[in-house]
Amino acid sequence: MLAEVLRRLLATIPVMVVVAVSVFALLHVTPGDPAVIIAGDYATEDDIARIRAKLGLDRPFLTQVGIWLAQVVRGDLGTSIFSGLPVATLIKQRAEATVSLTIFAMLISVGLGVPLGIVAAWKKGSWIDRLVMVIAVSGFSMPVFWLGFVLVYVFAISLAWLPVQGYRPLADGFWPFLRHLILPALTLSVIYMALVARMTRASMLGVLSEDYIRTAFAKGLPPGHVLVRHALKNASLPVVTIIGIGFALLIGGAVVTESVFALPGLGRLTVDAIVRRDYPVIQGVLLIVSGVYVLINLVIDMLYVVLDPRIRY
Amino acid sequence: MAVVPGASGELALEVVAPRPDALARARRALRRHPTLIAGTVALAVIVIAATFAPVWWTGDPLQMRPIRRLRPPSAEAWFGTDHFGRDIYTRTVYGARISLTVGAAVSAISLVLGTGLGLVIGFYRRLDTIMMRIVDGIMAIPAILLALALMALMRASVRNVIIALVIPEIPRVTRVVRASVLSLREHLMVEGARALGVGTPRILLRYILPALVAPLLVQGTYICASAILVEAYLSFLGAGTPPVIPSWGNIMAEGRAYVQLAFWIILFPGVFLAATVLAINLVGDGLRDVLDVR
Repeated sequence: MLAEVLRRLLATIPVMVVVAVSVFALLHVTPGDPAVIIAGDYATEDDIARIRAKLGLDRPFLTQVGIWLAQVVRGDLGTSIFSGLPVATLIKQRAEATVSLTIFAMLISVGLGVPLGIVAAWKKGSWIDRLVMVIAVSGFSMPVFWLGFVLVYVFAISLAWLPVQGYRPLADGFWPFLRHLILPALTLSVIYMALVARMTRASMLGVLSEDYIRTAFAKGLPPGHVLVRHALKNASLPVVTIIGIGFALLIGGAVVTESVFALPGLGRLTVDAIVRRDYPVIQGVLLIVSGVYVLINLVIDMLYVVLDPRIRY
Repeated sequence: MAVVPGASGELALEVVAPRPDALARARRALRRHPTLIAGTVALAVIVIAATFAPVWWTGDPLQMRPIRRLRPPSAEAWFGTDHFGRDIYTRTVYGARISLTVGAAVSAISLVLGTGLGLVIGFYRRLDTIMMRIVDGIMAIPAILLALALMALMRASVRNVIIALVIPEIPRVTRVVRASVLSLREHLMVEGARALGVGTPRILLRYILPALVAPLLVQGTYICASAILVEAYLSFLGAGTPPVIPSWGNIMAEGRAYVQLAFWIILFPGVFLAATVLAINLVGDGLRDVLDVR
């Protein structure tokens, strides 16, 4: 098992190298010279040449890739053009808000999505099933930021129950921290919840038609017990997989949600960096987020062994 | 064709209309999938509304009337006006044009490029290992972040938004196509064609591509729906279509400063955006059931 974990960890290295190179290459192959864009509309030829030299853009492409990779391996993600601070420091400063937001959103969506999916599968074809499926499709089609504004309008402006926007770090106490995260987390959880509910329903439907489920019901076990202890346990693998894959969706939504609620997270950092054309920051965030995504999916692969004893590595 | 006894008692060949059972099955499936109908009708309404935007009692989407700024919805301005006194109803109807154009263009272009790439990668083993690593690598980057990053380095325009949205989608299409090619290339019909001396390009186009039409059609609708959403996200974040263009994302981005004063600026374009994406997703779900994909 340990050997397998190590082997899989090593296998992520080539993927991460590809990510690092693609992030770099994509941003350089796109039409438009970063130096010209960074310099702005009123720059002289000299300004542009200076920026190009400073960023190393005047060197051959492969040399640039090599320098970037060597930096990344040493844990150096470069320096922000705008603030002059190391990109790694900026990311560390902004990580708390984003991590808290995504964890809360994940808890809400799994907490609601899994039960909804179970009930829909159990009552297949009934109005409950239809309703859950309608909620799932609608949730999937909802513009995250629009939903955020609707929630703000209702709960923060009209009812004044919760703050309109802003963030309190956990260090300020749990209640203020939570109050500021409820609306953003709810907003962000909707798409993800829809995905989880759909996957749970599909996976449960496959299991519920099996003989041992009929036996369990026939024995007179309470439905809740059969659904959760017998069925969900065997239906959980695809659900857990989709939780990992959906993480990319969650991060994308977090960028938009942070903007609506003015949360100082990685999304805001990226959007600010984009407005300022601060592309070392953009590269750094892309690389870190993708790395986390790859790692999460690795952890989930490993979880399979726990969830399904038939799988061995 | 079916062999039936003719009037004179001898066997006659009766030419049967092309697979009537398939047509009947499709009709029954349609009746069984009211959501597909609902989605298609809603989408048709939106497409017609967008195409003939000038005739639906709209005005000029760019005309400013400072005297009538931030007016709530009324008989005069159905969806209210924004901070420049522009009519939100007119802007919303015109906004549909941008969203639908972006959605259609992104799904068409990424399907064509992704399919081409997938066919080639699936058939030439030597390319496979390297190309799939690159595909996996790009897929590890969240699509919205990648599109945002790409927009940062391009000037804001509808064309560049389409490019920024196509790039993250290509690997996703490529993966699906490659997987199908890998299973189809072992199929008996391909082996037979090979034995008859049919060349690889012809096998890809005449034997493998037709089998991919149904799954790609379904994937195309999902790509279209997500492209419309992400375009709105990009515009909302200030990295999408140029602010002068009344796209739904832009209208809402301008309305965000007036959430308390004039919520209608955000409300109505958002309802249209959600309805459009929902309609396309319903069409996608319906097509998946009817065409029996996966």
